[in-house]
Amino acid sequence: MIQTSPEQKKYLRSQRREKSLVLLIRFLLLVFFLAFWELAASLGWIDSFIFSSPRRVFFTFLEMLKEQSLLSHIGVTLLETLVSFFFVIILSLGVSILLWASPRLSHILDPYLVVLNSLPKSALAPLLIVWLGANVRTIIVAGLSVAIFGSVINLYTGFQEVDPDKLKLIATLGGQKREQLIKVVLPSSVGLILSVMKVNIGLCLVGVIIGEFIGARKGLGYLIIYGSQVFKLDWVIMSILILCLLAMALYFLLSAVEKACQRGR
Amino acid sequence: MNPLLEVKDISLSYHSLSGETNALSHISFCVFPGEFVAIVGPSGCGKSTLLNLICGLLRPDKGEILLNHTSVFHNTTRVGYMLQRDQLLEWRSIYRNVLLGLEIQHQVTPEKLTYVRHLLKAYGLERFQDSHPSQLSGGMRQRAALIRTLALEPELLLLDEPFSALDYQTRLKVADDIGKILKKESRTAILVTHDVSEAVSMADRILVLTKRPATIQKNIPIDLELPGRTPLSSRDAPKFKYYFNLIWKELNKNDTDISGTKEISPLSAP
Repeated sequence: MIQTSPEQKKYLRSQRREKSLVLLIRFLLLVFFLAFWELAASLGWIDSFIFSSPRRVFFTFLEMLKEQSLLSHIGVTLLETLVSFFFVIILSLGVSILLWASPRLSHILDPYLVVLNSLPKSALAPLLIVWLGANVRTIIVAGLSVAIFGSVINLYTGFQEVDPDKLKLIATLGGQKREQLIKVVLPSSVGLILSVMKVNIGLCLVGVIIGEFIGARKGLGYLIIYGSQVFKLDWVIMSILILCLLAMALYFLLSAVEKACQRGR
Repeated sequence: MNPLLEVKDISLSYHSLSGETNALSHISFCVFPGEFVAIVGPSGCGKSTLLNLICGLLRPDKGEILLNHTSVFHNTTRVGYMLQRDQLLEWRSIYRNVLLGLEIQHQVTPEKLTYVRHLLKAYGLERFQDSHPSQLSGGMRQRAALIRTLALEPELLLLDEPFSALDYQTRLKVADDIGKILKKESRTAILVTHDVSEAVSMADRILVLTKRPATIQKNIPIDLELPGRTPLSSRDAPKFKYYFNLIWKELNKNDTDISGTKEISPLSAP
């Protein structure tokens, strides 16, 4: 057993204190924000019809839960996001592996990828509706279109940064491109793939909401648009808050996967 | 005795948009079974290029390279190659790192596994076989890299400055270590280095290359008159200094026009 010196204990204590202080202030910030919002609404500093209030959001939430529509709206958005995320993983891995394997192909496609990546994908949404119809498929494609190009570029760049000497090692052991990919490029990019995917799941959510804005009968995006049209801003604000929680939950889910992978190695 | 390796009049140029670089010009030499040959030359003279050619990763513009009378091109596995750094893969255990070559060659057979285990045991890595590379010292890592190469039982071993990434003390020890292992396994090897004392301490014969385009300037057999020599004990041999100075002079023969003065060997007594 290793003895910890008093100095070390003191250091550890100060680190713990710092950590709990940060957590406390973080929590208080939220509480103050909600309290101030509620207060401002009830004292009439802001118009609660437009700005809602934490209490109104809460009651709207309960009411909509009872009507049993809210959970299915959340479920639809979540499902669409996960499906488009799944396609982003498969497609971006596939395409970036192809680009890595064929320098000529990547040379040819480079400007197109750059253009497609910088294009605001929300501009595509109206087109997608016309082409694919107002259905779930369109929304999934919208989610995919927001994430895929950046994902391909990031993965491909990462694949190219693999130590050339490691690739040479595989060549000296008699391996071809295939072995270089399986034995070196993919294993050394696990961390990169996970961090790219952590960003992507948020982008898929963005794309899905854009899609729901214009072509859906269900989902949080639909609730937001519908709420704003009929001036039920409580609905809108509640949906936005749920989106915040959803985005956070998805992010933490992938962080947990990332940590599990790091531990597993 | 028939030579194991025959390098016959090879030349190679590198091409880029800005022009052509003549790297190697009409190089010929032989290596005999069991021999340890060192190649020294000024930095950037194309030593590593020569190794890439010998193991078949590159094809010469002219000339041919024969290993046991057949061309080395497209058959890299008969030649083992140790790179400048150990290049162990961090996400694999030492055991799985050592198996890398066998996996790639689809040769993970019980006999090969027994051989690998024998090597790990003989060279003190058995205890570390489940460790990851970062848990090992620089010397141990080089041993693991050597065993990874030996696992494929290559007919010829190429060492491309395999100790240059290590600090001086470790370097002497690891060179001694690797030298002994190669002698014990009676392997034929070619070492490329810019360190003259390392070359003299390890090699049976030294080839001195000229500046680019590299040609063979001198072929110097080393006889330290030291039975059972090891790389470390060689450094204390009386004739060590003689060979060191000989090679040093060869290397600096064409260099006088730069310094303008007579070359001074770091080992020449004041």
